[in-house]
Amino acid sequence: MTDTEDMTERLSPLNRAHVDAGASFTDFAGWQMPVRYSSDLAEHAAVRTAAGLFDLSHMAEILILGPEAADALDYALAGKISAVAIGQAKYSLLLSREGGIIDDLVVYRTGEDRFLVVANASNRAVVARELLERCSPFECEVFDESDDIALIAIQGPKSYEILSQVPGVDVPGLKDLKYYWSTAGRFGREHELLVARTGYTGEDGFELYVAPDVAPALWEAIMDTGKGSGLVPAGLASRDTLRLEAGMPLYGHELGLDTYASQAGLGRVVNLKKEGDFVGRAAVEEGAPPGSRMLVGLATEGKRAGRAGYAVFSAEDGSTEIGVITSGALSPTLGYPIAMAYVDAAHAGEGHSVFIDVRGTRVPASVVSLPFYKRETN
Amino acid sequence: MADKTTLQYTAEHEWVLVEGVVATVGITAYAAEKLGDVVFVELPDVGSGIAEGKVIGEIESTKSVGELFAPVDGTVVAANEAVVSSPELVNSDPFGEGWLIKVEFETLPTLLSYDEYSRLVGE
Repeated sequence: MTDTEDMTERLSPLNRAHVDAGASFTDFAGWQMPVRYSSDLAEHAAVRTAAGLFDLSHMAEILILGPEAADALDYALAGKISAVAIGQAKYSLLLSREGGIIDDLVVYRTGEDRFLVVANASNRAVVARELLERCSPFECEVFDESDDIALIAIQGPKSYEILSQVPGVDVPGLKDLKYYWSTAGRFGREHELLVARTGYTGEDGFELYVAPDVAPALWEAIMDTGKGSGLVPAGLASRDTLRLEAGMPLYGHELGLDTYASQAGLGRVVNLKKEGDFVGRAAVEEGAPPGSRMLVGLATEGKRAGRAGYAVFSAEDGSTEIGVITSGALSPTLGYPIAMAYVDAAHAGEGHSVFIDVRGTRVPASVVSLPFYKRETN
Repeated sequence: MADKTTLQYTAEHEWVLVEGVVATVGITAYAAEKLGDVVFVELPDVGSGIAEGKVIGEIESTKSVGELFAPVDGTVVAANEAVVSSPELVNSDPFGEGWLIKVEFETLPTLLSYDEYSRLVGE
């Protein structure tokens, strides 16, 4: 139990609102961000049953503009970005030449010649640098807009009901906005919003990109509107357990430079059918080295969760280590411990029995399919 | 709920209430808040001997695992079963219903006063 709050950190434009709401903070990629406001479990449950409001202003936003922007991104990223329709979003990967994952990101096409690439805060510099370099042969420009864009996410089954009633928020077509599509909206008369039906929780929800100086008023307006419907501000602790239940990978845990997309279950994100070269293509075509471990879900009984870094064994005696956990927690929704782990392919099949070393005790676990939790849709 | 100002403390964020030869031990509100929502507590068996400074249990939250250190040498005479079945008591009432164990001891080591502990955590 050590105290880690003393570094010089960047503050979100919403910092004041977080302090006023009694948030505890954590350092995240050099930013001081809310880890929780009152209770991780309550915030987690609110997102599953009503709605939670997240400040994601630390995320990186990089704009690619120009007549060859689509071609540039086809070369720079693993997916076929030129096939993305205006208004559509696409989950993609920035691969290294060796086929490893530099970052996972979401690309929003907001115009014929205009793309917004949203990357992890911790990878802002490398993503901006790589995009600048990879796009340089093409007729387009690359701007790191991260300092000029704040990001607020409302997630949970009541997201639409709440957002549609926020005074001053005007987003034409919000109700019928499809998953992984975005549209332009307004807050008040003069403030532009980019509103996307995306998220990282496994629930319905929206992400709102807005100018930093407008973000506090927007946050307050959404909170005021949603309070009566069970909306709570939600911190990064609940965001992590929510995304884990939804089987969504986190950079630095499930994804990294030493990970191939195919190992992480993201083979479909790499489009080998697209014409022309893209960075990492040759390495991906060669495939992950033989014997590469595969990402699996693990479920255990009891309450003791396997956590990132814990070893996975094939037998209780711990003679043969066959993998390692990358994320794990006692699932707040399911009530039993869940984890994601890289294990040897021979043990990656659903239903396989393995053992997690939980601080010296070997806890039996089963390989299960991802995601652990899937919301009911109608 | 015990009076925080008359309790003694350890640098491992535990509080100790001394009554005769029995010390009641819990973790502080500061530690509980740092951990986040506690979801699992493992305590030593009643009757087991414990040695000051040794790990004798675990307090696990959704985010992390905290270790429970023995604040004194002695014998465990009670473990709070309520906290094992309802770990959230550590968050809701760390100085009261969230107590963890009672230890019968022979000699009490030097512990921190309320003021000393408050300075340690900067509050």
